[in-house]
Amino acid sequence: MLRTEGVYMRFGGLTAVADLNVEIDKGEIVGLIGPNGAGKTTAFNTVTGVYRPSEGTVRFKGRDITGKKPHEITKRGIARTFQNIRLFKDMSVLENVLVACHLRLGAGVAACTLHLPGYLKKEREARAFAEGLLDSVGLRSLADEPATSLPYGKQRRLEIVRALATKPELLLLDEPAAGMNPQESLELMEFIHRIRDEYDLTILLIEHHMQVVMGVCSRMYVLDYGVTIAHGGPEQIQKDPKVIEAYLGVD
Amino acid sequence: MKIPNKAKTALALAAGAALIAVADASLGPFAVRILNLSAIYVILALSLNLLNGFTGLFSLGHAGFMAVGAYVSALLTMSPAQKDMNFFLTPIVPWLREVQLPFLAALLVAGLCAALVGLLIGAPALRLRDDYLAIATLGFAEIIRVLITNAQPLTNGAQGLKAIPKYSTTWVVWGAAAAAAAFLVLLLRSSYGRTIKAVRDDEIAAEAMGVNVFRVKVTSFVISSFWAGVGGALLGHMITTIDPKMFTLMLTFNILLIVVLGGNGSITGSILGAIIVTVLMEALRFLDMPMNLLFIRTQGLPGLRMVIFSLILMIVVLYRQKGLMGTNEFSWDALSSLARRLGRKGGK
Amino acid sequence: MLAIDNLSVHYGGIHALQGVSLEVPEGKIVTLIGANGAGKSTTLKAVIGLVKASGGSVSWDGEPISGLPTKDIVRRGVVLSPEGRRVFPNLTVDENLSLGAFCRSDKAAVAADRERVFSLFPRLKERMRQKAGTLSGGEQQMLAVGRAIMTSPKLLMMDEPSLGLAPLIVKMIFDIIREVNASGTTVLLVEQNAKAALEVADYGYVLETGRITLSGPGRELLADDRVRAAYLGEAG
Ligand SMILES: Nc1ncnc2c1ncn2[C@@H]1O[C@H](COP(=O)(O)OP(=O)(O)OP(=O)(O)O)[C@@H](O)[C@H]1O
Ligand SMILES: Nc1ncnc2c1ncn2[C@@H]1O[C@H](COP(=O)(O)OP(=O)(O)OP(=O)(O)O)[C@@H](O)[C@H]1O
Ligand SMILES: [Mg+2]
Ligand SMILES: [Mg+2]
Repeated sequence: MLRTEGVYMRFGGLTAVADLNVEIDKGEIVGLIGPNGAGKTTAFNTVTGVYRPSEGTVRFKGRDITGKKPHEITKRGIARTFQNIRLFKDMSVLENVLVACHLRLGAGVAACTLHLPGYLKKEREARAFAEGLLDSVGLRSLADEPATSLPYGKQRRLEIVRALATKPELLLLDEPAAGMNPQESLELMEFIHRIRDEYDLTILLIEHHMQVVMGVCSRMYVLDYGVTIAHGGPEQIQKDPKVIEAYLGVD
Repeated sequence: MKIPNKAKTALALAAGAALIAVADASLGPFAVRILNLSAIYVILALSLNLLNGFTGLFSLGHAGFMAVGAYVSALLTMSPAQKDMNFFLTPIVPWLREVQLPFLAALLVAGLCAALVGLLIGAPALRLRDDYLAIATLGFAEIIRVLITNAQPLTNGAQGLKAIPKYSTTWVVWGAAAAAAAFLVLLLRSSYGRTIKAVRDDEIAAEAMGVNVFRVKVTSFVISSFWAGVGGALLGHMITTIDPKMFTLMLTFNILLIVVLGGNGSITGSILGAIIVTVLMEALRFLDMPMNLLFIRTQGLPGLRMVIFSLILMIVVLYRQKGLMGTNEFSWDALSSLARRLGRKGGK
Repeated sequence: MLAIDNLSVHYGGIHALQGVSLEVPEGKIVTLIGANGAGKSTTLKAVIGLVKASGGSVSWDGEPISGLPTKDIVRRGVVLSPEGRRVFPNLTVDENLSLGAFCRSDKAAVAADRERVFSLFPRLKERMRQKAGTLSGGEQQMLAVGRAIMTSPKLLMMDEPSLGLAPLIVKMIFDIIREVNASGTTVLLVEQNAKAALEVADYGYVLETGRITLSGPGRELLADDRVRAAYLGEAG
């Protein structure tokens, strides 16, 4: 599904990501963990086209997508959330999701402005789809509230739903559990499993809540200073001395 | 009895049309001129607001697009004889001398030409960071002016064009204003409109949601240029003379002022702002005349009008930083809740 | 001492705080825990004057501060380290820290605090000239905490300081809070990591949909079945 081949990302003299080789199969939930500033978000940014990697190739479903624009990559089926929540702040909760629906609407500026019947039908369908998604995370009743008036934890859920509205095949989640308490994190884990099955997704996620990572990911990559220092299943990673030293600490 | 909102809107539109008809028939030519000027400013303010308020692009090139529209429509509607009278220094190029289109067709072509220029300017300029766009568009507007001044055989240069057919009747300008408003309301309420606002709120997130940010910006820029061209054309057909000096930064600034005053990102605000500013500018004209103030007799202070006007503006901006409407729009529900609140206050 | 008495906040029709009363005694660490949307951030914002209270009162050091503009409240030594970092993205790390110390005149102490922040977060020292907006999420969080320390407040209110930090650093953050407190700063802490928060806190309050439903010394709450079930993710 996703494959990065020797991806490097440098900022001036700083190598944020070095020789990243990640491979994810369809239907997997894979984790990307590591200390602060290890290069996890940067790795996401090279996959989603926010940055063009300094070196290396990114392949999605076998096709080279290195250096494509972010919107083209989204169109091909990769969606993401942002670590520093980036909702459209002057828009309602529902509108935030509807923006993401536009991609698959297939209506241009003329059809939209003229409110052609074809467009109206698709718009109604998009609304129903968006409302259903909001319902699935318990945000339906807040649909008309301004997005930024939501408490932090709900803004995170809205980000996930908005990404889902682009109908992705691969979903990249950047710290979905940040701002949630342990109980809410448990619910989030169930939610992640559920959307994977329901929407037939492959998921790559960055997370610092070990309970969540170990609970949902079948395997994970560990980065430190941009370098992949470990790779394997939850148990293996938790025992890895390098990972404990750089990231987990001893309990 | 509860009247559905759609019916209310239809009634209000009919009432508005009736009001304009009455005003057109009963007001003197001076007042009608102000009425019509308001409509033209409505179009111009709306088109600039699409960029500034809804797409989050700061453009200072509006006067340039207006100039394109004004010249194109004027040249396309004048008869060969009228053109000959204008171009007495350098003769007009023959092909342009002959073409003559009906007014509405010329108006459309004027808008399309402005839109085309918008595309040519926008495609490179919108790749720049947003702060550079203001400078690039400002430069463009100046270049257009220089081009018009120097392209004698096409534009009659610095002499400008006189005796342009006076097609901008009350019905035409208000019809065009209504069309512009309806166009923008429909556009902005649609799915495409949401992507426009998304680009304004967060470009990176918009890209990640599959919005082609560059394409959206260019589209918005082209649409805005189109309506600026139409507005410029109507202005030419109203005052019947145009010359390059009309289309300076000052003109863009006036429109910008209406947009900010009415509320950046509010269609209702731009409409109200355009009408208020136009009427006020005329109403305050007496300030420039000699006055008798009880004991003091002033000699007439040209410029006093602008001073007072700027003061009013500053006060409005101080007390309502987001303009009259903020980013809010008129809606029947908002109106009735406002009426209820006022009623409760009055009842107490 | 910070005393919040019967505080109410409305957002339009939403009654976000419905008569919240709590106390933060001088020199103590008090924590406020609760689910998403309970009103924790709203409580902190109301204290600092960022949202208007619709009822009740807040006093600090025996003087009422409700209704005062935020800058006056900050002048009295009450500081909020807001949720979701809010660093100045176009300023460098160094400039962000300097802004934290903006109101202070004791140059030597400011310099000492700067050194302290750098020794707590060596990463910030490495990146002194980097623009804060290009830092990683966790690095920005370190900067936000560092900036709060630089203000040297009498009362420090922290809204989710551990957000987005790696497990190792999270442990460190709670040590830092303890240390800041030991050096004389009163702390009001809002945290999703309820376990760690209750461990460092002298006293805790549980907020549920705008009301305080439970309070007690940190250790007692940690042992409370309701708290364990709802906020620690353990079956009750
Ligand atoms: N545009 C940039 N310019 C300079 N340095 C950058 C830029 N973007 C990221 N960095 C640096 O690259 C490193 C990796 O950042 P990244 O955001 O990928 O970390 P991360 O693994 O996501 O960390 P966290 O868990 O804290 O979010 C950081 O040290 C960061 O400061
Ligand atoms: N600006 C606002 N406008 C309208 N409602 C708001 C606004 N800010 C907060 N609210 C509402 O007030 C309630 C409390 O929100 P608050 O942000 O205080 O929650 P919280 O306890 O901090 O949650 P979290 O743990 O997710 O940060 C929520 O229901 C939220 O929707
Ligand atoms: Mg990150
Ligand atoms: Mg909060």
